[in-house]
Amino acid sequence: MIAPVATPQVVSNSGARRRLRQLRRQPAVIAGLVVIVAWFALAALAPVLAPYEPLEQNILQRLQPPNETYLLGTDELGRDVLSRVLHGGRITIPAGLAVVVINSIIGWLVGAVAGFAGRVWDEVMMRVTELFMAFPTIILAMAVTAALGPEIRNAVLALIIVRWTNYARLTRGLIIEAKTHEYVDAARALGAKNPYLLFKTLLPNTIAPVVVYGSLDIGNAILLFAGLSFLGLGPEPSSPEWGRMISIGINFFDQWWMWLFPGLAIASLVMAFNFIGDGLRDMLDPRTRV
Amino acid sequence: MPLYQYIVRRVLFAIPLVLGITVVAFLIANAIPADPINANLPQSALNNERLVAAFREKWGLDQPLHVQYLTYLGNLLQGDMGVSIRTNQPVLDDIRQFLPATVELATTSILVGLLLGVSFGIVSAVWRNSPVDYLVRVLALIGVSFPVFLLALIGLSVLHAQLGWTAGPGRLGFLVSRPPHVTGLYTVDALLAGQWATLRDALWHLVLPSLVLGMYVSGIIARITRSSLLEVLSSDYIRTARAKGQREAFVILRHGLSNALIPVVTLLGVLYGNLLAGAVLTEAIFAWPGIGRYAYRASTSQDFPAIMGVSMLIAFIYVVANFIVDFLYFFIDPRIRYA
Repeated sequence: MIAPVATPQVVSNSGARRRLRQLRRQPAVIAGLVVIVAWFALAALAPVLAPYEPLEQNILQRLQPPNETYLLGTDELGRDVLSRVLHGGRITIPAGLAVVVINSIIGWLVGAVAGFAGRVWDEVMMRVTELFMAFPTIILAMAVTAALGPEIRNAVLALIIVRWTNYARLTRGLIIEAKTHEYVDAARALGAKNPYLLFKTLLPNTIAPVVVYGSLDIGNAILLFAGLSFLGLGPEPSSPEWGRMISIGINFFDQWWMWLFPGLAIASLVMAFNFIGDGLRDMLDPRTRV
Repeated sequence: MPLYQYIVRRVLFAIPLVLGITVVAFLIANAIPADPINANLPQSALNNERLVAAFREKWGLDQPLHVQYLTYLGNLLQGDMGVSIRTNQPVLDDIRQFLPATVELATTSILVGLLLGVSFGIVSAVWRNSPVDYLVRVLALIGVSFPVFLLALIGLSVLHAQLGWTAGPGRLGFLVSRPPHVTGLYTVDALLAGQWATLRDALWHLVLPSLVLGMYVSGIIARITRSSLLEVLSSDYIRTARAKGQREAFVILRHGLSNALIPVVTLLGVLYGNLLAGAVLTEAIFAWPGIGRYAYRASTSQDFPAIMGVSMLIAFIYVVANFIVDFLYFFIDPRIRYA
């Protein structure tokens, strides 16, 4: 459903390599990585791998249960579910990626300015952030998409507008911590101006945790995007997008293959991201370790 | 700090947030759509110049933006959230009609989620790294990773259609008549009227949807309870309690859990808001006549005023829920009282 409430954790750079080695030893993390890489590959190669065209209708073969010709069955217009699920990755995965990348850029900027400028700026920007957090993500995204019109682009835009808050809070904390370091004083003493300090001195030193958090957040972004398109607020009805396929599939409840397979596609991908997230958390938080 | 002072302070904190919510809602409603008139009036009214002019005047659309906001706020204070394009009724009336079903569902779901989540979390922390722990962690992971609409469909198809263990969609069976309206919560109304058969049927219909939503909640709560309890159990006062020879169950529940639950309580307010939002996706599948289904149908028919009304309502409930959580905090965390 909606983003599991995860507090962004400040990740320090020290011993990064050792931790990376630990990470690779965790079977859950490996499994998560394998699933994600597999999905990226399936989506990228969908035009080659898919046995049929995702929009190709064969009305005589409609609502076929999974069989040898149609491995995952066919939908109400006789379109091949397997081909549609494979092609669906080409919509959902890039949409999730786009949301997270732009979220982290906006969030980093807002958080960095708040943390760097301090005082009134900090106060105002953090209050605005809290405001956006008061609206449950999917509802606010629904309102924005409804205002802009149901389209893939608008669904992505809506999620961008509503989801930058965690990144801003994470970055603010990192910047406040980072600016106490001597290298910042040193840069300032050498005559560096604020923009230079922000982008050349502080950015490289605070970006790593934001990237880590963002890569784990892709799963949540995908879940929300699929939710919006399930509500009919994303791609048009014929689109092979996973959430959209499920919302059509509800009308054919007994033809379970129509909704189960796109659903499992979303679930497997999101679970893979959460596997990696859990692995990282266990590793970085010494309190839950013996 | 005495209780009343604490409450006053919390209320003062909430006021700017509530005002802020109306600003955000106003900006989405009036600044984002290319043409708010197109977004807020049904097609039939758009051809009628007098209706368009009346709408323009009522919401002050020819005024500067800040005046528009004040008009909007004034209308809002009088309970005017606009008229739903789909149902042709004031949005507030619609909400009043559909909200009880959602409150009933969200409340049972959070209870189910709390019960399952906390017990799973305890089991998982006490027997950590055992097969039970792994099982619980996988279940929790499924709870937070599976889209609710998928869980709902799987639940309906397996538990209802295949096994017949739970009721199907809807709040009551076809042959059961509604209890007399008092609160709108069927379980409470049936109880008040002493209609036991209706009560049983209403509860029966609540089982599956609240399990589905509860699964998501319990996933989050189990994870937090587990890590928080693990942290508490490694602290010195737990060792002291054990050294005094207290029974292990007492140490874990009384000393451990009561402290470990503080972060869980903090989350409850956020979770309740999330649940109301998650209801949008669940109610659509369970034909549950709540605001979630209302919002779903509004979104599929481009009923913009209705969507704005629901989002503002849920944001308000979110603020109130967190207020209640702060209030609970006062009782469970003595550090606030003596601070």
